[in-house]
Amino acid sequence: MKKKSIIPGFGLSMGITVAMLSLIILIPLASVLAYSFRLSGGEFLDLMTRPNVVQSFVTSIGCALAAAVINCVFGVILAWVLVRYDFPGKRLMDGMIELPFALPTAVAGITLTKMYSDTGFLGRAFEKIGIEIAYTKIGIVIAMIFIGIPFVVRAIQPVLEKLSPSYEEAALMLGASRLTVFWKIIFPEIRPALLTGFGLALARGIGEYGSVIYISGNSEKNGTQVVSYIIMQKLNSGNVDYEGAAAIALVLLIISFLMLFLINIIQHIASRRTNA
Amino acid sequence: MYVEMKDICKKFGDYEAAKNINFGIEQGKLVALLGPSGSGKTTILRMLAGLEQQDSGDVMIEGKVVNDVPASERGIGFVFQNYALFRYMTVYDNIAFGLKVQKADKQKIHERVMEMISLIGLEGLEKRYPNQLSGGQRQRVAFARAIAPNPQLLLLDEPFAAIDAKVRKDLRKWLKEMIQKVGITSIFVTHDQEEAVEVADDIIIINEGRLEQMGSPISIYKNPKTPFVAQFIGTSAILENLKGFKGYDAVPEGKKVIVRPEFVEAFKSDNKKFAGMMNAVEEGTIESVVFRGSYLELTLEVNGIRLTTNRSLERRHVDIGEKMCVLLYRVYLFDDEGAEIRKNQLLKGIDIEAL
Amino acid sequence: MKQNSQKIVQWILIGISVIFFLLMLVLPLFEVIYRALKDGLESYGRALTASNTLSALKVTLIATVIAVIVNTIFGVIASWLVTKFDFRGKNVLSTLIDIPFSISPVIAGLAYIMTFGRTGWAKPLIDGINDALGTDIALVFSVPAVVLATIFVTFPFISREIIPVLYAEGRDEEEAAAMMGASGFTIFRKITFPHIKWGLLYGIILCAARAFGEFGAVYAVSKARGKTFTLPLEIDALYMAGSADSITQAFAVSSLLVGMALVMLILKSIVEYRGKMKDKE
Repeated sequence: MKKKSIIPGFGLSMGITVAMLSLIILIPLASVLAYSFRLSGGEFLDLMTRPNVVQSFVTSIGCALAAAVINCVFGVILAWVLVRYDFPGKRLMDGMIELPFALPTAVAGITLTKMYSDTGFLGRAFEKIGIEIAYTKIGIVIAMIFIGIPFVVRAIQPVLEKLSPSYEEAALMLGASRLTVFWKIIFPEIRPALLTGFGLALARGIGEYGSVIYISGNSEKNGTQVVSYIIMQKLNSGNVDYEGAAAIALVLLIISFLMLFLINIIQHIASRRTNA
Repeated sequence: MYVEMKDICKKFGDYEAAKNINFGIEQGKLVALLGPSGSGKTTILRMLAGLEQQDSGDVMIEGKVVNDVPASERGIGFVFQNYALFRYMTVYDNIAFGLKVQKADKQKIHERVMEMISLIGLEGLEKRYPNQLSGGQRQRVAFARAIAPNPQLLLLDEPFAAIDAKVRKDLRKWLKEMIQKVGITSIFVTHDQEEAVEVADDIIIINEGRLEQMGSPISIYKNPKTPFVAQFIGTSAILENLKGFKGYDAVPEGKKVIVRPEFVEAFKSDNKKFAGMMNAVEEGTIESVVFRGSYLELTLEVNGIRLTTNRSLERRHVDIGEKMCVLLYRVYLFDDEGAEIRKNQLLKGIDIEAL
Repeated sequence: MKQNSQKIVQWILIGISVIFFLLMLVLPLFEVIYRALKDGLESYGRALTASNTLSALKVTLIATVIAVIVNTIFGVIASWLVTKFDFRGKNVLSTLIDIPFSISPVIAGLAYIMTFGRTGWAKPLIDGINDALGTDIALVFSVPAVVLATIFVTFPFISREIIPVLYAEGRDEEEAAAMMGASGFTIFRKITFPHIKWGLLYGIILCAARAFGEFGAVYAVSKARGKTFTLPLEIDALYMAGSADSITQAFAVSSLLVGMALVMLILKSIVEYRGKMKDKE
């Protein structure tokens, strides 16, 4: 149903939007779909059950989940501190939170690797207490924390800004402990935004390439290959395997969407409970 | 007829915003489209303007069907509910916009804009931005912007809704005077009957997408044609029946009763003025007395029914719990079919209007 | 006593934040500068003026500028469409526009290879166009491919910033202007544009920052060092070469990108600040 509007430009803007969207996003993505269907069901299953492929999915999803959870903890603290407290350097901190958005992932990747490898300042420190970070899954998680943190902070910040301190004051006056206030008063308010930030950080982590591949070491033996790396390998190595790359990419796409969908469902259920 | 809507129907999905709307408006009139929120009155106005397209029926202006004429060529000035002033333009540029778009001569634009600014009494504020104006000033600018290009018809969507109650009364008067001064045919939408009665020459009452009644404020008030109008206009109490009320024996079953404060008279038993009507009097007890600024509002319990009447401050003092004589001059009776006036049978031959 | 404990909690939380901030965000920047300058200023200068670096800088700038222009055009038109009109399928359209946010950039590169590459279905089409026009445009492993991949990953950046602004603005002003007979272009220029100015600028900054730093998507469709490499790819090449010298060079080139990122962050803060001031007026 096209409704006639007095504002001009419907046809033109619709045409341009759909044309650009199709040419730049939809048609190329459809090619991935088409390519992955060139594999037979058996070949597809065989590919997906290969140990290195399975391992890469476990690594990508597991590390992204861990990083997103850690980011939720630090993201809430950072956002809280930025909204509620005053201290020197606060504005600088606020502006720099988005550094991971602006800093090229490759730069972040090689820098983190050098920092946490045995020649780096932090790497040496951790080595002394027996923790290896570079070229292990811990390294992958650290890279994913780096790229994911702004998603969480930026999602929560506006909600906290709108949340009036009188809420907490009222609860404190009634004798609630500070922990109770957080879990019963503040947390329910920021939960939807936190879930959104969690989802974005998770999606970014699962698909991440640039910042992860250096610190991971990409070792099949240590299980530090991520899915993006496996896909890229199939495009680069001597025996190029487009079909395989497309199939893995398709599964990765589906998993990303399922995760977002699941978060939406949780979001929906939670909001229904509070509205009821 | 200058403006006409013929058999207009409009649906938004399942919601019928207009069901077979027909009306005509004479040139130079100031007409109110009155109805509760969600009644479809704004949709009707927007269809007239060309902002919405009707599903069927014709919109006519100056005798010509304008269904396919775009809004910008219908010669209509439109005042939006929240004024829709261009926030990034000055008062001057807002008023000049329509003329600039028509590529009018620069000198002419300037003259017209200054004329408008002096008409609305905002001299010296032409460099201000909308957010630097008060609500009332914004409305004046919206009015000036709408009429600057000399439209043949002015449409206003809830022109007073966004204004403080205090300023609203002044603005009503102001707007009525302005429209008379400019002499432009105007239609405005409102949900406030007081506003419609005060400002408009004619009122069109809309409910659930239907046109209920059209006429002058007085005629609608005196002769409501439908149950909806009878309830909607004036302050009224709705009673299930009048069982036991003197003079209303013949009220048919299944009809509901509307009583307005002015239908009810309450007086002390020694009042000589009503001596000839004592046969129709019921006894009532005062339940509450509320001071309404220029009169008292009495609530009385009569035969187990609660009636309200207004009492002049010039009359004798009354107290809560006091017994009063109550006269019910007339009521409206209505059912799903329509509404009628029923006079008190015991008062036949008495000229109530002469009291 | 309650006051005291509140202060303690406050300083613990600030402490955690500052430590996280320094370790995760600030320290890496110093690490880049430190490693870039390890072999002295002279070798730093040499790394920056190497022909591969300059070529990569050129490709990076080309890709960034074109991506910003294309996405600005798209973002403005798409936001106009989504916020000023009602039509069926609007939600689906909005979701589709946001796809690049939620998928791996590697998949973006992959998608172009599979569309325009040697075995891609659109390859004959491109060949046909090249034959007809006598041109030799390749949409994979070329500068145009780098540009396309960059556009893909930054596609929703601008529309995402403008759409909320336009939703908040409503349609009244545009309708009022249209009633008075203003053309679409006039309405956009005089009425809509002043509203979205700051949002648009903000979007452009975010888009540019992401565009010059993109790695995964570009990596898939760019193979020729010194020709189609962008700065991040050049850094990768230097770093993967593995010698101490080349790793130092990789950090030297990185410092250039760190500088660009910081400039973007400063611009962003200024725009944010100006936008807020404008709102308060």
